[in-house]
Amino acid sequence: MVKIKYAGSTLFKYLTLLLGVLAVVVPIVVVFIASFKTSKEYLSTSPIALPENFFNFENYKYAFVDGKMLLGYFNTIIILVVSLTGATLLGSMVAFVINRFKFKGRGVILFMFLAAMMIPAITTQITTFQIVKFFGLYGTRWAPIILFMGTDIISIYIFLRFMESISTSIDESAMIDGASYFRIYWNLILPLLVPAITTVIIIKGVGIYNDFYIPQLYMPKKEMSVVSTALYRFQGPYGKAWEIISAGIVITIVPILGAFLFLQRYFYNGFTQGSIKS
Amino acid sequence: MHPLSLDYKKQKVVIIIAFLIIPLAMLFTFSFLPLLRMLMYSFTDWNGLSKTMENVGWKNYSKVFSDPDYFSVFKVSLYYFGASFVQIALALYFATILSFKLAGRNFFRGALFFPYLINGVAIGFIFKIFFRGDGTLDYLLTNLGLGGWIQKWIANAKIINFSLAATSVWRYMGFNFIIFLGTIQSVPNELYEAAEIDGANRWHQFRYIIWPSIRRIIGLNLLLAINGSISVFEIPYIMTFGANGSTTYVIQTINTAFERNHFGLASAMGIILLAIVIMVALMQRLLFKEKEVETW
Repeated sequence: MVKIKYAGSTLFKYLTLLLGVLAVVVPIVVVFIASFKTSKEYLSTSPIALPENFFNFENYKYAFVDGKMLLGYFNTIIILVVSLTGATLLGSMVAFVINRFKFKGRGVILFMFLAAMMIPAITTQITTFQIVKFFGLYGTRWAPIILFMGTDIISIYIFLRFMESISTSIDESAMIDGASYFRIYWNLILPLLVPAITTVIIIKGVGIYNDFYIPQLYMPKKEMSVVSTALYRFQGPYGKAWEIISAGIVITIVPILGAFLFLQRYFYNGFTQGSIKS
Repeated sequence: MHPLSLDYKKQKVVIIIAFLIIPLAMLFTFSFLPLLRMLMYSFTDWNGLSKTMENVGWKNYSKVFSDPDYFSVFKVSLYYFGASFVQIALALYFATILSFKLAGRNFFRGALFFPYLINGVAIGFIFKIFFRGDGTLDYLLTNLGLGGWIQKWIANAKIINFSLAATSVWRYMGFNFIIFLGTIQSVPNELYEAAEIDGANRWHQFRYIIWPSIRRIIGLNLLLAINGSISVFEIPYIMTFGANGSTTYVIQTINTAFERNHFGLASAMGIILLAIVIMVALMQRLLFKEKEVETW
């Protein structure tokens, strides 16, 4: 009797899991299939019918070249590299100073970063916009770079937690050798922080790669497309050419899927750690 | 004493200033200064361009709450708020069953979490394809013999917010799921083993071990759903640009500023949103303060 009940509940579990996975996968697989269809084929076949030719890369060619996805990647990569380098350095510097030294105002500084996180990001662009314009950054890659580079409480928190586990005896023995505090940060602490840096880069990197509104607002020119704004612009010229739009969607998803499959553990740890305080 | 110790004292001051000055300058310039200016503009009729502006007192604030054109967008938030209960319930269910050993656990975990990582524009387009007339959803319903259920998912103003809120659940459920799973798995394994020896079944284990450990985080997630549902932006902006009665509070704010050039009014809307966020944060402090202290 117990056995039967147990088997029943296992069946139910797998059934619901299967439904959950189908709900996630079906909308994406349909897009994947569509990206290999010709426009005639797309209109005449059902959404789940496989394409006649999986090697029909015409839509991808359109998306990459005409749709400026290639250019989008170029701009996104520049923005990612510069802003993540900056954010890593700035965040670890703040965490280093706060973790290694006692001084007045430590708590206030942390509180200010915490408070800043509560400010709704999109609505304040109304006035951030004027400031970005004032500095002459509007229309350049520097606008998103500077806005993404600023450190935030989540990065600081991840660095702080990791730094607590780095013994201060390392600093002390370096000080006996006469190393400056800057050397201690640069040559000793920063290399030891690599796991925390990986976490910060993943969380912030996903956020920057996926961000849509900041590049849309500050880099409206077509030549300044990033991946998400290039894809957004498919709505106009390709209007109802869903097979080309599908290719654009696949191009957008593949890099993040690859990163996720290779670095799964870091993704899970990062996103659970990052949310503890928020 | 080390001969260099005095030097280190000076060095300490230098490095504290050197390491903090840029991050703090950026924090002020791009977070607090915009906020301050927004507060200032919210009492004016500034159009975003002219050098002059009139002080209008609280007029902008009262307009948000009295003009049906502006006030009605709050109603749209309710769809998303309702949907966040579905989202949290699904996340809790999947987190609970996947916290036990199960064949294919890693695959299921990855598949359920992955939508959270997808680009918002891509998600918007995926669901435009999914919901469009003769699209994926209509096709599936027809083949399941449910053709009668077919609706104009995006074109019908009575249905659209349900469709968009469902898209939002699809996008964000994985995040709640992974947080719940992390919390459940932080419960020491021996607790389950001990319970099993004492003859506890799965329901007992959920009720007496998982639920107490996760209650707090569920409450927190429900509270934060207030912020989430009023800050909805990307999905309706990308999928419909706010057409057909799908305009949300944030879309309305952005359009008031950048399309209609009412920067004063838009600033007041931004400040109201911030006030709501602060109220939620204060409630969070009041309701969930116990464990907060130990982090710092």
